[in-house]
Amino acid sequence: MRIIFKKSYEADIRYFKDRVQASWYFILLVLAVILPFVINDYWVGEFSLMLIWAIAGMGLMLLVGHTGQASLGHAAFMAVGAYTNVILQNDFNIPFIISLPLSGLFAGILGICVALPTGKLHGIYMAIATIAIGVLAEDLIVILEPWTGGVGGIYAPAINIFGINFDRYTNVAELYWLILAITVLIIIGYKNILRSPLGRSFAAVRDSEISAQAMGVNIGKTRTLSFAISCAITGISGALMGHFSYVFTNETFNIVISINLLLMIVVGGVGFIHGAFLGAMVVTFLPSGISFTRDAFFSDFHIIPGIESGIFGMILIAVILFEPMGLYGRWLKIKAYFELFPFYRKDMFRRQKTYLKTERTR
Amino acid sequence: MSFLKLTDVTLKFGGVTAVDNVSFSVEKGEVFSLVGPNGAGKSTIFNILSRFYTPSHGEITFEGKSILKKQSHEIAGIGIARTFQNIELFHQASVLQNLLVARQTHRKSNPVSEILFSPFVKKEEYRHRYAVEKVIDFLDLQSYREKFISGLPYGVRKVVELGRALAIEPKLLLLDEPASGLSVEETQDVAFWIEDIKKVMGITVLMVEHDMHLVSSVSDRVMALADGKMLALGTPDEVKNHPAVIEAYLGGSEEVGN
Repeated sequence: MRIIFKKSYEADIRYFKDRVQASWYFILLVLAVILPFVINDYWVGEFSLMLIWAIAGMGLMLLVGHTGQASLGHAAFMAVGAYTNVILQNDFNIPFIISLPLSGLFAGILGICVALPTGKLHGIYMAIATIAIGVLAEDLIVILEPWTGGVGGIYAPAINIFGINFDRYTNVAELYWLILAITVLIIIGYKNILRSPLGRSFAAVRDSEISAQAMGVNIGKTRTLSFAISCAITGISGALMGHFSYVFTNETFNIVISINLLLMIVVGGVGFIHGAFLGAMVVTFLPSGISFTRDAFFSDFHIIPGIESGIFGMILIAVILFEPMGLYGRWLKIKAYFELFPFYRKDMFRRQKTYLKTERTR
Repeated sequence: MSFLKLTDVTLKFGGVTAVDNVSFSVEKGEVFSLVGPNGAGKSTIFNILSRFYTPSHGEITFEGKSILKKQSHEIAGIGIARTFQNIELFHQASVLQNLLVARQTHRKSNPVSEILFSPFVKKEEYRHRYAVEKVIDFLDLQSYREKFISGLPYGVRKVVELGRALAIEPKLLLLDEPASGLSVEETQDVAFWIEDIKKVMGITVLMVEHDMHLVSSVSDRVMALADGKMLALGTPDEVKNHPAVIEAYLGGSEEVGN
């Protein structure tokens, strides 16, 4: 077990605990960068998709994992990001490098508009309200046909930044690198939120609203801000998804996507950035895994409708029952087992029951 | 001018009058205790001061200004910190993070600079950490700094709550049963800390407590309440021997035979 000797406050502020941890993440980044040289275009595409899901997952993670609010309508904000991005490029001739942040900003502003009336809702009521937003978004896309193309869909133009092409079909590796760069920027921003007063106020609202108020945290403002940042990140992932899928309609960002997003962060591990990535891997690679397994072992089977949703559902139930901290929680346990070997105890990660709660006045 | 002054404060929940025309004032630099049987309205007075409840009638001033116009999240900003009777810590965070949340009222950076983590935000983080470390040293919490609240024993959580209130750097500290559930030794620690908070830090303390031994050893003045009404106010000994207080705790003499 490594023991970190902290000599300054800086040790608790910087991104990595020590050089060893920093080098592991550096190796991971290098591997991610050289990936397109190692694997074929199909798999580079799959990894791009994984990163896009991971960005969306980080957006929802900030809201669910760090502020403790539920949302079952986040696909709507992916749609907002995707449509805003393409409309800005097609109709207003704004280059991608400006339209992408603008689409995130627009999704964030819409997030504020949604959070203001729904901000006082908790738990199941918040979930219902956000489902409504998701359903509404689908219909609005059809109604706003002049801009959105309605049920016929809309085509994303090829990305061109300073003369470099990032076409979905011809420059698969370049598009992957672009998405990777955006992912890294968002991770840095996310880490900054977590280590600053903003992230602590989110955690305070999540764990006890009443004492957060007594500490001087403005609950309404904090929740709205969290919703807005969450929507902005999700909007950016939606914009990238638009380019990745090339054509999208009102049905591309339906309620199933919202549920998938939530499933992703629960399976990955609620409350950890890593959880968004692990969950995104499950969501991205499971469908290909299923089809490969089917082709390899059960070649006489035809496509079974609903098998993906079925397996997703079973995984979700299994995770909730056996590993509430998700895949990342499992990884932490394995790591602790080897670090502390042979002193790991079975109940080391057992969550203590919270006893005694004040009469909640919210 | 009184430091904290309550005038005819009344709070009704439907037909129940939880606090009935209570008036008292706390002077700067004293330890003022509220005692009384369960349901006397002590915690309700605290929740009124925290602006979780709005009194149906009456006025409360702090340093000459009314606090009834403030919202509950603005109370910490004017220098009133509080602890909770049943511990309301942020469970999924470390002791250090819990104490740092209390620095919210001293936050000068805006969300955008925090997402970018500008050098100013970093400088502020150092400043907050320094203030929090002073509290950690004061309460001897060094060994728990990195521990998560969910794994801490009850006594330590109680101390962390006190620390979190101190990290606000308040002028007035509201302690809601600081010694409930603590052992004799831990209660003695609390008594020492309250003395130091008053004398070294110069913070005025308003306390709700059932442990009469602790109350008499640290308080300058005590007020006894029952059924939302004031029974007696004075030094600890005066209140302890007041006939109305004895009646409220032990029952009236004529009832003994029934």
